[in-house]
Amino acid sequence: MSGFDRTAEYALHHSEEEGAKDRKQTWIVFWILLGVTTVEVSLGLIWKSWGLNWEFVKWTFIIMTLVKGYYIVADYMHLKHEVKFFKYLMSIPFLVLGIYFVILILNEGIYLYEDADKLLMIMW
Amino acid sequence: MAGNSSTFDAKNAWGGGFSPFNISYGKIMLWIFIISDSLTFSGFLLSYGFMRHRFAEIWPDPDIVFNHFPFISGEHPLLFVALMTFILIMSSVTTVLGVEAGRRMDRKKVIFWMSLTIVGGLTFLGSQAWEWFNFITGTELGALQLADGTIAQWTSSAKEALMLPSGVEVVGAEAAALIQSGVEVYGANLTVNEYGLPLFANFFFFITGFHGFHVSLGVMLNIVAFVNVLKGTYEKRGHYEMVEKVGLYWHFVDLVWVFVFTFFYLI
Repeated sequence: MSGFDRTAEYALHHSEEEGAKDRKQTWIVFWILLGVTTVEVSLGLIWKSWGLNWEFVKWTFIIMTLVKGYYIVADYMHLKHEVKFFKYLMSIPFLVLGIYFVILILNEGIYLYEDADKLLMIMW
Repeated sequence: MAGNSSTFDAKNAWGGGFSPFNISYGKIMLWIFIISDSLTFSGFLLSYGFMRHRFAEIWPDPDIVFNHFPFISGEHPLLFVALMTFILIMSSVTTVLGVEAGRRMDRKKVIFWMSLTIVGGLTFLGSQAWEWFNFITGTELGALQLADGTIAQWTSSAKEALMLPSGVEVVGAEAAALIQSGVEVYGANLTVNEYGLPLFANFFFFITGFHGFHVSLGVMLNIVAFVNVLKGTYEKRGHYEMVEKVGLYWHFVDLVWVFVFTFFYLI
């Protein structure tokens, strides 16, 4: 390629043994993702008839989703293996803005609850 | 051609002449795109959650809305979306395996795994189309839109008794008067939704539609990279980083679905 494209300098290569290790890890993560999803779906189907507390079920769902998200980002998207500085560069802006979003939503929620009837009319 | 990852020196990373992140320009830019795009999706899901809690008492139950399964009659809540989730996770696995094969310059394996990824992506899109079709067509019975715009569900198949959004059941002359002034509605679109609040349909179309749009783009990018693998472009280039970048985007699409699945269907 031309001198402008330096991608080749950074492209990853590995040997057969390293590849075998990678593939093993891929399948481990797959089983984790599949297992967590199965638990989520079963919980979604049975929680009513088992009389489980909805708040508890809801937070279980959210935590399980975050676990799945972690495995996808860290392993499948390879972020776990990147340079430390790059990990921070990608995760901190997202987390900071994410927390900011949640605060905004809570703040607006308190405001809108005061004007509930008006909002209801707009929404229908 | 062995790549500099093994010789990368974190202490002198900022000395110049080499990416301090030890990643190519294209991949860094893709990551930044993914972060900004995931903030867009976070915004959608947060506004969904906000409205959902705002109208918790009258929000349609996704278990009742999405309870179809192809070729099987009866009600099967969650099963079809569970299958869609499985398809997308599976296609993510085939992507990782394709990327892994690319690092070993194993062209045949890349072709094999990438073709499976494309098939998975197309299956997912088909499933989504089917889900949309069912939601837009609605139930055979439909529902009644009252004069004030709210939706009342039929409690008898003869369409004589109604359940008001407040949970009160009306029968007889009172129901007849409501039927007189109301309109029968079937299915859901952006202005009317037989399952209840139109806002639910709006969010459904917007969030799953925006995700589906990402999936379609992902399939197209996969196809472009796949054709290049077949042509031997990356073999000539000496590395399969393009497959890796397409894969990165594909995992992001899978990641978004994991969250949509939880917040739209489970909660």
